[in-house]
Amino acid sequence: MTAVQKQTQRVNAATVRFAGDSGDGMQIAGMQFTDASAVFGNDIATLPDYPAEIRAPAGTVAGVSGFQINFASSDIHTPGDTVDALIAMNPAAFKANIGDVRSGGTVIVNESEFNKVNLRKAGYDEGYNPINDEVLTGQYNIFAVPITRMTEETLADTGMSAKDIGRCKNMYALGLVYWVFDRPLEPTVRFLHNFFGEKKNLPQIAEANETVLKAGYHFGETAEIFVHRYQVAKADIAPGKYRRVTGNEATALGLITASKLASKDLIYCSYPITPASDILHNLAAMKQYGVKTVQAEDEIAAVCAAIGASFAGQFAVTGTSGPGLCLKSEAIGLAVMTELPMVIINVQRGGPSTGLPTKVEQSDLLQALFGRNGDSPLIVLAPQSPADCFDIAIEAARLTLGAMTPVIILSDGYIANGAEPWRIPDAAALDAIDVNHPAPRDPADDGDGNPTFLPYDRDENLARPWAHPGIKGLQHRIGGLEKANLTGNVCYTPENHQAMTDLRHDKVARIADRIPPIEVQGDASGDVLVLGWGGTFGAITTAVEQVRDKGLRVSAAHLRHLNPMPKNLGDILANFNKILIPELNTGQLRMLVRDKFLVDAKGLNKVQGQPFLVNEIVQAIELIESGNWPDDRLSLSPIHHEVSAEPQRQT
Amino acid sequence: MSPDTELPILKPTDFASDQDIRWCPGCGDYAILNQMKKVCAKLGATKENTVFVSGIGCSSRFPYYMDTYGFHTIHGRAPAIATGVKVANPDLDVWLVTGDGDGLSIGGNHLIHALRRNINVKLLLFNNRIYGLTKGQYSPTSEEGKKTKSSPLGSVDMPISPISMAVAAEASFVARAVDVDKRLGDILTEAAKHQGSAFVEIYQDCNVFNHFAFKHATAKDMKDDCTLWLEHGKPMIFGKDRDKGIRLTGNKPEVVELGSGISEDDLLFHDVHDEAQAFMLSRMKHPRFPEPMGVFYQIEDDVYENLVAAQVQQARDQRGEGTLQQLFESGDTYTVE
Repeated sequence: MTAVQKQTQRVNAATVRFAGDSGDGMQIAGMQFTDASAVFGNDIATLPDYPAEIRAPAGTVAGVSGFQINFASSDIHTPGDTVDALIAMNPAAFKANIGDVRSGGTVIVNESEFNKVNLRKAGYDEGYNPINDEVLTGQYNIFAVPITRMTEETLADTGMSAKDIGRCKNMYALGLVYWVFDRPLEPTVRFLHNFFGEKKNLPQIAEANETVLKAGYHFGETAEIFVHRYQVAKADIAPGKYRRVTGNEATALGLITASKLASKDLIYCSYPITPASDILHNLAAMKQYGVKTVQAEDEIAAVCAAIGASFAGQFAVTGTSGPGLCLKSEAIGLAVMTELPMVIINVQRGGPSTGLPTKVEQSDLLQALFGRNGDSPLIVLAPQSPADCFDIAIEAARLTLGAMTPVIILSDGYIANGAEPWRIPDAAALDAIDVNHPAPRDPADDGDGNPTFLPYDRDENLARPWAHPGIKGLQHRIGGLEKANLTGNVCYTPENHQAMTDLRHDKVARIADRIPPIEVQGDASGDVLVLGWGGTFGAITTAVEQVRDKGLRVSAAHLRHLNPMPKNLGDILANFNKILIPELNTGQLRMLVRDKFLVDAKGLNKVQGQPFLVNEIVQAIELIESGNWPDDRLSLSPIHHEVSAEPQRQT
Repeated sequence: MSPDTELPILKPTDFASDQDIRWCPGCGDYAILNQMKKVCAKLGATKENTVFVSGIGCSSRFPYYMDTYGFHTIHGRAPAIATGVKVANPDLDVWLVTGDGDGLSIGGNHLIHALRRNINVKLLLFNNRIYGLTKGQYSPTSEEGKKTKSSPLGSVDMPISPISMAVAAEASFVARAVDVDKRLGDILTEAAKHQGSAFVEIYQDCNVFNHFAFKHATAKDMKDDCTLWLEHGKPMIFGKDRDKGIRLTGNKPEVVELGSGISEDDLLFHDVHDEAQAFMLSRMKHPRFPEPMGVFYQIEDDVYENLVAAQVQQARDQRGEGTLQQLFESGDTYTVE
């Protein structure tokens, strides 16, 4: 009897997806795999995908929670189009995810859960078990491992309750996958002891999880069913200290950093809403940095409290998602009118209305720009990756405090929950944010040659002075009624309203002088320019790299500044024959670009609650490049992974 | 400023801004504005540390007429904006001016939450039982059957009692006063001295769209018999000749005549700390009862913005103030060589 020879195969990148019931701990398993891979030295990108319901009916397809991670020995920008290895904790998870696994991919299923009841809950026909289906076993390398039973046996002598034991099974699966992909166990062991041991004071649970993790790993090592083991070498990453951040974590870090750079308290006012709540959670846990959090009674109160805090002289921020931005509209108009600094974070999700709370979309761009009564211009920025949320938060603070006008940040559910490595900056090297409050005046001087304080006087950036309560001699009144320039008194004259509308417009337009030019990835001129904004950066960048490798004359450019746009954008657009704008909406940036630059930009539009696959963009580029573009815009058909023409219905 | 610098003593007129007042001639708001200036002077308030925040409506023009910091915000949201002001700077003296439409209709939610959080803001609700700025529609405090432009056959809405609402919303100071009654100044002073949310309903006459809505509380020949001024620890006596009182029978208040076997000791004594009594008093309405005036309820409780600030200190005591570099490195870090 000879032992099965284990072979180790080197691959450049791999995409792993953990899938199970929303209570199965798949997000934790995925995050741990991410951390282990980051610590190992891979580049990483993640995509958590979970249902809106906290605990959808167990065992059903609707309740499946997934976490996908792409890790590589080279620079990567997306969580991967297709899955190399799927871990399916039950039949529903198998059913919901098997279609995304590449042909020949690895599928580890928790055999214990593939029983009659669960198969029925997943909607499989009576008597059918997919892991015995010869078509499927021919297409994929399916490994049936009784994960639940092995976990129970591992912990049989601990005296733990069946429920507590059941909750450890994600660690068994994780341990097994760690073996398959040759990952270090130490970061997870450390996490288990920190989280369960120290934070929750449950050392026994920490011990149990560690035991199960190792049991899973050892099973991979000793069981004779896994022939292949995969190695993804360290990536060539710039030296330095790193940590893994999600977009929401990076946003919180950026806001605190901005408040410190401006020597202000951070006042964060928010109402819980998916997928923005984690910003509130993160900030509430870091109050020692001078953070005050207000969980308001509603979205309107949250933005209003932020406006009050700004009026009182602190750095004020409110965070929300699409439906909340609707509710905040009137108050944001007040901040525009009173010319107060404030950052509004909108972590976009699928809409309209309640829409798809946990899914990604980019469909609030026009709302951010125009969704208020009257002409009410403000600054709009969009981070392009999880780590970029840090830089965008600081830039938003710098712009709002410098221009005395609100800034909207358009993050999205994909980058908010997705993670990537973040190279930790040197705090001392960050530039301070200048905030100038006018000096106090002695009221006794009034009428004695001391000119009246003018709350709507302006500096070279057209910003008015930030004279907050507490500053002696500068008391004044502001409000939502139209203001006379200089004095700030209520004024309804036709000339003044024209002048003030123009001033508010010009103030925002002049920001274009202070933002960096947009950069082109690839050649400065060519056949096709793929223009994107916000969270689609990774997919677009990767797609353009791929088609350039094929020799196509295609470049990419990505907008982080949506209002105003970089000054060189028009020149760049003019250097290309065709413009393609992929967006997770029905063509909002395309509408703006057509309007501003009179170019016949084409749109690739996807609204499925999921980010673009690289391949979807590659196909669209090839279509436009070859002159076979069928229409104004392409809508991704509901048929998975295929691009098809949408019937003409532009009205 | 050196400690021996002489503080200027401000007079009521010093608190007047340079803006022309645009309320209708004869509006009850003028009387309230005048009392407010006197109270500011009496309390030794400073212009720089005093802030008036308002929403939308006739009353909400108030901040423009005070020479302090002022913020005329949007409809109903003043309590939320005042919350932000106090969280950002707990040292400011913040007054909030709202009306029955602004505070109880469009902004009812914010009012409730400002009160229950006990933000140290003085909330003045000018109740004229009508929408004045929009020219005369019924409001949340208009009586049932009220005929207005928007209710030609009479309003079918049941009115809300601002005082009942405030007590139910866990307010720590609840009072009522009348625009033209000099005791308004005393109530405002007590509100100012209270640490926490102080809610004052002010009966205010809209002499254009709802004149004499509170005639019972202002007319010389009616007010003494139709109002009951509350004093802590004192029996509830009222009437021109102070010959009537409130007695509790079972759980229900009743009006009794003093004399003929009923003495002051038989009357209900006002306990400003008794929440249940405060609520009961808030349900006493004209014409069945004299309407209570003065401080209904007052307790000491923690102030929201102080608690918020204390948590920052608590986090610092536990974890240290922390540098930015420590913040950046607070997660699981790893080094790439």
